[in-house]
Amino acid sequence: MIAELGHYALTLALGVALVQAILPMVGATRGDARWMAVAVPTALVQFALLMFAFLALMHAYVTSDFSVLNVVANSHSLKPMLYKISGVWGNHEGSLLLWVAVMALFGALVAIFGRNLPPGLKARTLSIQATITVGFLLFMVLTSNPFERVFPAPLEGRDLNPLLQDPGLAFHPPMLYIGYVGLSIVFSFACAALIEGKVDAAWARWVRPWTLLAWSFLTGGIALGSWWAYYELGWGGFWFWDPVENASFMPWLVATAMLHSAIVVEKRDTLKSWTILLAIIGFSLSLIGTFLVRSGVLTSVHAFASDPERGVFILMLLAVSIGGSFALYAWRAPSLSGGGLFRPISREGALVLNNLLLTTAAATVLLGTLYPLFLELLTNDKISVGPPFFNATFVPIMIPLFVALGVGPFLPWKRADLTPVLRLLITAFVFAVAVTVLAGIVIWGQQAYALLGIAVSAWLVGSVVTEIYRKIRPTRSIGFGQAFGRLLNLPRAAWGMSAAHFGIAIVVAGATGASLLTTERIEAVRIGETVEVAQFDFTLTSVTQVPGPNYMATRGEFTITPRDSGTDQSYILEAENRQFLSNGQVTTEAAIRSFSWYDLYAVLGEPAGQGRYTVRLYFKPLVPWMWAGTIFMVIGGFLSLSDRRLRVGAPKRSAAAPNATPPNAPSPSAHPAE
Amino acid sequence: MSDAKRRSPAARRKKVRLTLVLCGTLFLAAATALTLSALQENVTFFFGPTEVTEGKVPQGATFRIGGLVEVGSCHIREDGVTREFRITDGSNAVLVTYAGLLPSLFRDGQGVVALGQLDTGHSTFVAKEVLAKHDETYMPTEVVEAMKRAGTWKGDESVAEIEASGTSDPCKAKA
Repeated sequence: MIAELGHYALTLALGVALVQAILPMVGATRGDARWMAVAVPTALVQFALLMFAFLALMHAYVTSDFSVLNVVANSHSLKPMLYKISGVWGNHEGSLLLWVAVMALFGALVAIFGRNLPPGLKARTLSIQATITVGFLLFMVLTSNPFERVFPAPLEGRDLNPLLQDPGLAFHPPMLYIGYVGLSIVFSFACAALIEGKVDAAWARWVRPWTLLAWSFLTGGIALGSWWAYYELGWGGFWFWDPVENASFMPWLVATAMLHSAIVVEKRDTLKSWTILLAIIGFSLSLIGTFLVRSGVLTSVHAFASDPERGVFILMLLAVSIGGSFALYAWRAPSLSGGGLFRPISREGALVLNNLLLTTAAATVLLGTLYPLFLELLTNDKISVGPPFFNATFVPIMIPLFVALGVGPFLPWKRADLTPVLRLLITAFVFAVAVTVLAGIVIWGQQAYALLGIAVSAWLVGSVVTEIYRKIRPTRSIGFGQAFGRLLNLPRAAWGMSAAHFGIAIVVAGATGASLLTTERIEAVRIGETVEVAQFDFTLTSVTQVPGPNYMATRGEFTITPRDSGTDQSYILEAENRQFLSNGQVTTEAAIRSFSWYDLYAVLGEPAGQGRYTVRLYFKPLVPWMWAGTIFMVIGGFLSLSDRRLRVGAPKRSAAAPNATPPNAPSPSAHPAE
Repeated sequence: MSDAKRRSPAARRKKVRLTLVLCGTLFLAAATALTLSALQENVTFFFGPTEVTEGKVPQGATFRIGGLVEVGSCHIREDGVTREFRITDGSNAVLVTYAGLLPSLFRDGQGVVALGQLDTGHSTFVAKEVLAKHDETYMPTEVVEAMKRAGTWKGDESVAEIEASGTSDPCKAKA
């Protein structure tokens, strides 16, 4: 019964979304306030209906209702509760339901919190948001109904792919979706602004929090997925340049660019049509990603269903929304007037450079992802484009970005002189050189490329610290006590920026350690035998059988002792192989112990004869920093989001006179004293 | 700078736009050059077992091979580390060696893709990577294509057949 109600709510939501898509848009064109006002209640009702549908499906999962086909295919009565719940979005139909629910959530949020938005902009934004939702709801109702019944109901379900039964992965899809789909509201804002023909500082200030929110979740979602790959797949890798990873990474790159260009629109009233274009491209890449993943064109763990009918539908959806928005852009963008002027060496110039590099990087990732598809269409050759391609293209684009990132925040708006700024950065530069030399001594004889990553990382850390210091103590006349007071009074947006940039710095260090400085040993050992890995001795102490809730585990215990420390301290690592009872599938649970400078990582393999087990052991320096860095980035996003300026600040269009620089954040401005 | 000051705002705006467009073009050109050179060097082709046995693979090339794990062919060598198995498309099979742990989804009759090179004798494929990270009912499209080319693809039946004949045991050490 509840499943039928869920299905009914889903269909009803389609009707409400249709009303929301049409009436407010017509109202905005005619200037009819009552028609425009329809947008708010419909957005709320649509969200309530979809939330109900989502909870109805969750109810079916939680109660293991095997008369619902979707539950049969993806759940099992023995599964732990967390994975019963995460099973809801661990499949094609359920993940789509999550997608539309999140779209409606963003619509409802704009309806609730957008009270001071101009009515026309608000009505159009909500209408466009609903139009996209209509497309997805049609797709669901016609091809992917999550509430389909099965008769007779089987006694037991087929279970969720055990690889997906993992805490990291339970939260990866919802976070990623909030990020992905969050870009839809930015897209809707952009299209609405194009229709209105008006983009100004106030618009940028309305849009930036949504971009920030989406970006923060996208960052967290990507990091969770990467973390899962790191400990669950047992290869010790964290990023494989898999097409599906790229699908989430491209919108991230573009959203990052947009986050920065929106600042220029807000502060200097320029780069408007570029920012609009980024908003359109960002969500288009989300849609392309969804198409690639859902259509089965590209195959990977994420491809739940490869059904051509569905692929064609998503392709149509893609063509209509991307084609439509670009046509709108081509038609309306030339009418957007340009604003403030700036010299190439200036804050604007630095942000433009940031944008150029980030979008170029996104373009190379897109090309690398789609090239195999094109080539196959044209020549029928099957090829794959793997990590070497991305290392050869993506990394050379990122290095200048990071070097410039160290300088950009010091440049004043409009025009700047590089000499005094570089003089300020001498300390950071010396710090970077010192760290690199030190690192060179420590890792002597290993990959020299790693030093480049470490140098960039240290340079960024130096720059972030210098930047905060300059803000709180712009001249020598300010005492340290006073400077400390200013430190506490820095606006949250400033802290947000510093935290995010610092996060990038240590992610770079972590990624360098993970990909270039790792020590790997693959050996066959008997119980009691020891393997040397870097400065550690790994001893396999025991192998035992341990029952789990819905699996049987073979657990290998490793004792690890640092070789040269002189102490007796040792660590225990327990790696498991789990065989799942429902379908016999095996998963590897790597044992990982994190320290501040490195991870110790052990995987137990199958029996290798003569009482031996094959084991895979790693010493992975700096890897914990990678996860810490992404946490810093997410915190940075939320700090910036909580800034006063965005919460209560200007969203009043009258406040932003064209061509005027809106009042900057209070006294501790980012400008160097010169 | 003094030059720019004397011009009208419209002219200056034009100049800014021109600079931006030039910079953008420059970046795109650099990126294209990077990408093209990377594509030439870093693309790996895919071959099925039949194409490999017929000698269609260029000398010394790194490529991917895909097919089904021949039932009962997998075992662990004396050293306890090297795995050995045959990849088949139903008519031809290629011996593959891999030093390391096979993915947990690897098993008899399963579709598998490996990345590596042929050894000097052109008889054995030395794998650097073995991919079988899909679920138990999944069949890599490349493998299906390779089997179609070899004329051994019988639709989903052939998968079911192989699955029925395969045991769920992965690689075993030689007794």
